[in-house]
Amino acid sequence: MAETAVLSTGSAAPRSRRRRNWVPYALLLPGLLWLVVFFVLPMVTLASQSLQEGNVDDGYVFTFNVGIYLDALKQYWPQYLRSLLYAGTATVLALLLAYPLAYFIAQKAGRHKNLLLVLVIAPFFTSFLIRTLAWRTILSDDWFVTQWAQALHITDLLQAVGLTANDSLLSSRFAVIMGLTYNFLPFMILPLYTSLERLDPRLIEAAGDLYASPWQTFRKVTWPLSLPGVVAGTLLTFIPAAGDFINARLLGTTQTTMIGSVIDSQFLRVLDYPLAAALSFILLITIVSLVSVYVRRAGTEELL
Amino acid sequence: MMDRQEKGDLSLVALTKSFATFTAVHPLDLTIPQGSFFALLGPSGCGKTTTLRMIAGLEEPSGGRIHIGDADITGTKAHQRNVNTVFQSYALFPHMTVLDNVMFGLRRRGDKQARAKADDILELVQLGQVAGKKPTQLSGGMQQRVALARALVNRPDVLLLDEPLGALDLKLRRQMQMELKRIQQEVGLTFIHVTHDQEEAMTMADSIAVMNTGRIEQLGDPATLYEQPRSTFVANFLGQSNLVRARVNPGGTDHIVTVRVHDTDLEMAREHLPEGVDDVWLGVRPEKLRLGEAGGPNHLRGIVRDVSFSGVATQYSVEMPWGQELIVVQQNDGTARAALGETVSVSWAAHHGFALDASQDAEAGAELVDDHG
Amino acid sequence: MKWIKKHLIAFAALAVLGYMLVPNVIVAAFSFNDPKGKFNYNFNEFSTEAWTNPCGAQGICESLGLSLQIGVIASLSATVLGAMIAFALGRYRFRGRSATNLLIFMPMATPEVVMGSSLLTLFLMLGVPSGRTAILIAHIMFCVSFVVVAVKARVATLDPKLEEAAADLGANPTQTFLRVTLPLAAPGIAAGALLAFSLSFDDYIITNFNASPSSITFPMYVWGAAARGVPVQVYVIGTVMFLLALIVVMTAQLISSRRHRQVV
Repeated sequence: MAETAVLSTGSAAPRSRRRRNWVPYALLLPGLLWLVVFFVLPMVTLASQSLQEGNVDDGYVFTFNVGIYLDALKQYWPQYLRSLLYAGTATVLALLLAYPLAYFIAQKAGRHKNLLLVLVIAPFFTSFLIRTLAWRTILSDDWFVTQWAQALHITDLLQAVGLTANDSLLSSRFAVIMGLTYNFLPFMILPLYTSLERLDPRLIEAAGDLYASPWQTFRKVTWPLSLPGVVAGTLLTFIPAAGDFINARLLGTTQTTMIGSVIDSQFLRVLDYPLAAALSFILLITIVSLVSVYVRRAGTEELL
Repeated sequence: MMDRQEKGDLSLVALTKSFATFTAVHPLDLTIPQGSFFALLGPSGCGKTTTLRMIAGLEEPSGGRIHIGDADITGTKAHQRNVNTVFQSYALFPHMTVLDNVMFGLRRRGDKQARAKADDILELVQLGQVAGKKPTQLSGGMQQRVALARALVNRPDVLLLDEPLGALDLKLRRQMQMELKRIQQEVGLTFIHVTHDQEEAMTMADSIAVMNTGRIEQLGDPATLYEQPRSTFVANFLGQSNLVRARVNPGGTDHIVTVRVHDTDLEMAREHLPEGVDDVWLGVRPEKLRLGEAGGPNHLRGIVRDVSFSGVATQYSVEMPWGQELIVVQQNDGTARAALGETVSVSWAAHHGFALDASQDAEAGAELVDDHG
Repeated sequence: MKWIKKHLIAFAALAVLGYMLVPNVIVAAFSFNDPKGKFNYNFNEFSTEAWTNPCGAQGICESLGLSLQIGVIASLSATVLGAMIAFALGRYRFRGRSATNLLIFMPMATPEVVMGSSLLTLFLMLGVPSGRTAILIAHIMFCVSFVVVAVKARVATLDPKLEEAAADLGANPTQTFLRVTLPLAAPGIAAGALLAFSLSFDDYIITNFNASPSSITFPMYVWGAAARGVPVQVYVIGTVMFLLALIVVMTAQLISSRRHRQVV
């Protein structure tokens, strides 16, 4: 959308713009060069590394060993599946939590708008590792949160649906998913806020005036108009969540290991570079395919 | 031609602008005398804004020259021209105060008296008391005057106004029209005013060029344009016109000819008849028509189909025997009135009629008039 | 009941905000703890020990210094590179526009673990040693896209007529850029720079792939501490960072709200 607007005003742009055609390229060059050398090229070396055989001491030879991808999948498919499931669940939860907050700040907060925005953004500036450590305290067995949850039989419920293994909250699927939701929530709130803030409140009044119930107003007016924010927010939440392993390690157990963790340790501890590279490449392909299908179905290709 | 020109006249010579798919301005020749208030009038897309932007240096002409006095400024850039613009959206710098906005141009040229000049001009537009405020804190009318001051303070050879009053409400617009005219007379600079509002152009300008599809349809002072339009476009775009099909009768006197409309002969002034044309549109302005027979020697009878009262005047729609409806605007001065369905006479004087070549579309320009004025 | 129903959204919003802020409150509270063991997970006794001696844990302030240094250099570099791209995208027509957009979008659509590991394979292949330089290269890379998005959003809202007005009033292209375009784009540039700094400062996953034992950033220090034992000083630094962020963001908000005061 924004693209066409720029292009159409382009015809009326001052002539110096059109005459000095090298200017945009000069502006783009350094940044794009950086991305090509340190983002695109590494993808090539990653793919290449995955198809090599050898070891750290004797060096590697390119053998076009495609088989490693099958081995990687055979061995680690549960971690892939788990990553996608956890990240997907966390994304849905984050959307459910972020929507009312973003809506409230954008449409209802009045003069408190800026303060609330600051409170949303500020935690984001604090090291998220420290905040994740804080969750270990909050969810620990000795604290009232777990004790109340036990008293109210919430722990039993979580155990029944398989989100926890015993009557603790920490070191469980529940804790990992909760941590992922918490950590990437600002990435969901901000794009949602941006698109909800643009929503003209008179549209909501108009819908009410035309006999729409609050729920119908939401379904037919608010939600469709906030879709760009929903798409951007879900992507910004799902993508990093799928590759994350910090929450899984700090809040989970060996039963909750995510694929990021496997890649990390294969690269840095096991030093099996070809397998690690293959694992990494599979994750990239999976995410890119999912994202492009999702973006196409959502119909908003203009995300920037 | 050139030697007769005053020192600061603006002249456009065969000025052209073509885009990839269409020609916005066909070769245009125009000389605007120094110190005049000139209006470029036309519907949106007629090429008037493109012409203005070429004069400002914001758009590169595809051909032709632009002169100010003897200097050819065609090849110079916007920032090198002593031409300033009051933009339609004002384009005030939101991060600067009113005073800084006004001093912007002077500072670029290193004017030592920038502050004093800015103070003077803000006084002239009656904004001295808001010099320290940001433009967004001002009302639309005040912003408009800041934009004017910011351009005027540079004492440009030519001041360009791009629909400067378009964003103001009717009352404020009327007031600003008067004020612009006063300021122009006070500073004596050349003003070129682009507008789609015919009433605004006629109120303010010394002369008007009516533009349509990239060409000037007619150039002249407001009264001449209104009383003697030379095309159906001008007749319809500047005010309303009743245009009826007529055939010129042979003969007549030096001053008066008769034309035949259906089975009635009507008189008109010979000087209002284009040469060498027999099939014409006979035009009469609605306010020149009178209900009853007192208006003049020309009479047509018809049935009143619509009456709308607007305070000062009442507008009647009178259906002619051949089906066409004539618009009659009657001052509410207590004289003739008519009721719906009544059969009435419509009359007018011979010199109020004008004739246009019948090969033109009678509706040209009519659909483009909006109610801004 | 009716009152509750009417303010349902407000309650939900505040509950979510609470969820977001609870860990920060915990971090602040536990910065005053005198923990029983090596781990600062249970509140034992009130103490200001860690506040009076924030560098008391070995290596903590060195890692903090390194993170600040990397954060500043990476965010400044990414801001320059990203702002240039944003101006090109927002102000010019050129061929290769959609390819550029795709290249900007890709790093945001790639999990960090993939970016970190792929960079590692490049550096292994080229023989670039791990450490500070490798970390800087990586941080600039993943920050650029976010800066582009922030600045582009701002540039897109700028009225091109303002630049025309400047030229019309006699400003040459350089003056127009410095006096009109740049000041107007400044809030977007500042937001981009702030975002880049926080991303760089907070990054663990990518950094971990490119760090050496002599280049331990603050997040890496915390990660290590999570396994070995968390010194209270970590919580002190976390609290200070939160407060600083509050001040910085609030000041930024104040400045921008003063600039954008509504028409009176």
